[in-house]
Amino acid sequence: MQWRDLQQRLAAAHYIADGDLAMAIAMMDYLERPLLLEGQAGVGKTAVAVALARALDSELIRLQCYEGLDANHAIYEWNYQRQLLAIKVREREAYSAEDQEAHIFSESFLLRRPLLQAITRAQPAVLLIDEIDRADEEFEAYLLEILSDYQITIPELGTIDATSIPLVILTSNSTRELSDALRRRCLYYYLDYPDEDKELRIVATRVPEMEAALARQVVTFVQALRREDLEKVPGVAETLDWARALLGIGIGSVDEDPQALRQSLLCLLKSRQDQEALAPQVFERLVARSV
Amino acid sequence: MNSTVSLASAGVGDGMPLVRRLNGFVRVVRGDGFRVGVGETLDALRLAGSGGRFLNARELRWGLRAVLCSGRRDWQRFDGLFDAYWRQTGVHAGLRPAPRPPQPGPHGVEHNGADPLRPAPDVEVRGLTGSGASAGRRGGAGSEESLAQTDFRHLHAADRQAVYDLAERLAARMRWRLSRRQRLAERGHSIDLRKTWRRNLGHGGVPFQRVYRQAKLPPVQLVVLLDASGSMDQYSAFFMRFMHGIVANFRSARAFVFHTRLAHLSAALRERDVEKSMQRLALIAQGWGGGTRIGHCLGLFNDHYGASALNRRTAVLILSDGYDTDPPQQLARQMARLRRRARKVIWLNPLLGWQGYAPVARGMAAALPHVDVFAPCHNLQSLMALEPHLYRL
Repeated sequence: MQWRDLQQRLAAAHYIADGDLAMAIAMMDYLERPLLLEGQAGVGKTAVAVALARALDSELIRLQCYEGLDANHAIYEWNYQRQLLAIKVREREAYSAEDQEAHIFSESFLLRRPLLQAITRAQPAVLLIDEIDRADEEFEAYLLEILSDYQITIPELGTIDATSIPLVILTSNSTRELSDALRRRCLYYYLDYPDEDKELRIVATRVPEMEAALARQVVTFVQALRREDLEKVPGVAETLDWARALLGIGIGSVDEDPQALRQSLLCLLKSRQDQEALAPQVFERLVARSV
Repeated sequence: MNSTVSLASAGVGDGMPLVRRLNGFVRVVRGDGFRVGVGETLDALRLAGSGGRFLNARELRWGLRAVLCSGRRDWQRFDGLFDAYWRQTGVHAGLRPAPRPPQPGPHGVEHNGADPLRPAPDVEVRGLTGSGASAGRRGGAGSEESLAQTDFRHLHAADRQAVYDLAERLAARMRWRLSRRQRLAERGHSIDLRKTWRRNLGHGGVPFQRVYRQAKLPPVQLVVLLDASGSMDQYSAFFMRFMHGIVANFRSARAFVFHTRLAHLSAALRERDVEKSMQRLALIAQGWGGGTRIGHCLGLFNDHYGASALNRRTAVLILSDGYDTDPPQQLARQMARLRRRARKVIWLNPLLGWQGYAPVARGMAAALPHVDVFAPCHNLQSLMALEPHLYRL
C-alpha cells in the first residue's frame, strides 16, 4: 500500500489526511504494528478509522473503552443462558459427560467480542480501539498480548490463531498516561487541530453544498475562536455542525444577522462558562475579522 | 521544511551506508530520551531498506517519526533532531543528551524533569536530614499518640524525625484502609453467570450458590497542591513528607508545590530515598520570588494539568493558609474551575487548628464557597481525620 494511493482513497472516503498520516497508516500495514493516535478531543481521531475502513472497503470493528472494561466484554464470553438451555434440552437423552461438554463448549456457544472478531475475519478488518486511556491498566496488558501475538487462548476451546491481521488504530486523549510497553508497541501519530487551509478543505468535502465564501468565513471564525481562552476548544466536528446549522438557518454571511449567529454558537461552545466567557466585544471582533 | 532535504544531503549518497547513519540517528534520539528499543530500531531499518519505498527525505522523516516517537514530547522534538542529524546542522546540539525540557508551559510552568545539578545548602533540608536515627523512635503507642496531637510548630527538634516517619506511614496506612473499605463496599447487584457456573460445578451444575457481579470502583485519585510560601514555612516540611508518602503509596497520585510558580513534583517524590527526594525538591523550589500567587498557580494547574489530572474520582487536596497576593476574584474563578472538574476539593489550612482563627484573609474567604471540605492540618491527628472524606467520594 503506497501512502499517496492511500491518501487519495481516504480523500475519496471524505477524509482529508496529511501525507505523514497516510504514511503512518501505510506503515502500519507494512510493519504489522498498531497505530496510536493522540490529540485533543474533536480533532478527528475516530474519523480516521472510520474513513480508513471505508477507503479499504473493509469492515470496521469498534471497541469503545471505559473504566472497568474487562476481557469478557472485549475478547469473548460464553453464552451461559444458551448453555443452560442446551443442558436442559439434552437432559433426557443419554449423552456421555465428554459429549455433553464438547457440545456446550463448542464455538456456537461462544460470544465473540470485538477483539476476537477482529482477528478471525477472512478479510483484514479495521479495528478501532477508542479512548484506550479510559480502560484500566489490566486491560492494557491483555491488549498488548493480543496485539503482539495475534492469537487468543480460550481454555475450553484451545488457541485461536488470527485468520487475518487487522489494522489496529488506538486513540487516546491522554486522560491517563499509557504504559511504555503499549506506546512502544505502537506507531505514533499526534493529530493536531487542522490549520485554516486544511479545515477549509474539510468543510468543502463534508459540507459540499456550502458556498466557498461562507465556508471561508466559518473556518476563519473557528480558527480565531480556538485561540480564545476556552474550557473546551471546538473541534472539527463542531465546525462541521456549525456550518450545517448556518446552512439550515439560511445565513449567507456571518455578519448578516448577529443575533442569530450568536445563538448558533451553541454548536461550537458547549459549556455555559464558555458561552459567557465570549464577551460581545470579542464576538464582534471575531465576526469582523472573519468577513 | 519537509521537502527541502534532498536525498543526497540526507547523507545517503555521501558514502556512508544508510544503515549506519540510521543507527547513529537512533542513538541520537535515544540520547534525547526517546524510548526506542531493539524492535523499533529493526523496524526503522526495515523501512529504510524496503528498496525503493523511500525515495525522498520527506518520507524518511515521516516514517521514522511514526516508528520512533512514542508520545507528544517526542513528537515535538523529532523534527529538530531529524534536521540536526540528517542535514548536519547543529549536530552537536542534537547529540547532547538534553534533559527533558519544560513541556507545554508557555507561562513558565516548571516541570520536575530537571535533575538536581549540584547539591545546594538549604535550611529546610538540613533541618530534615539532621538528627536522623538519634532522634529515634520513642516507641509505644502512648508517645505516638501525644505526638499526633502536637501542633507541628511546637514539636521539639528531637521529635521531628519521628513525626516525619509517622506522616509518611500515615499515608501508607490510609492507602491500605481505603482500598480495604472499597473492597467491602463492592457488593454487586446482578448475578455473574460465569462465576456462578464455576462455583457450582461441584454440585453438578445446579446453580444454588449465586455469585454477584462486582461493581469495580476505580481507585481514588489524589492530587495534592502544597503551598510552599514563607508563611507556611513551619509546616511545609511535614506536608512534604506526607506528600511523599501519598505519592509513594497511591499509584495515580500527583503532587505539586506552588507559591509564585507551580511545579509538578510527582517524579521527584517517587524517588525511593526520602532524603534524596527532599534534596531534589529543595532545588526545584529554589530561587522563587516572594509572595504567594495562589490564584495564578491554580490557573496554571487548571490550564496544563486539569484535563489529564482531574476526573470524577479525583480528590484535590490543597494545603495552604490562604494568604494570596493575587486578587481574590482570580482565586475564586480558578477554584470554581477546579471544582467543576474534580470530585471533591479539600482545603487543609494549618491555621484552622489555632485557637481563635477565622478564615477572613481575602483569599481564603474567596476560595471557601468552592471548597467541599475545609479542615485543619496542624497536627498528625488532623491529617488522619482526612480518611473518611477521601473514602466518600
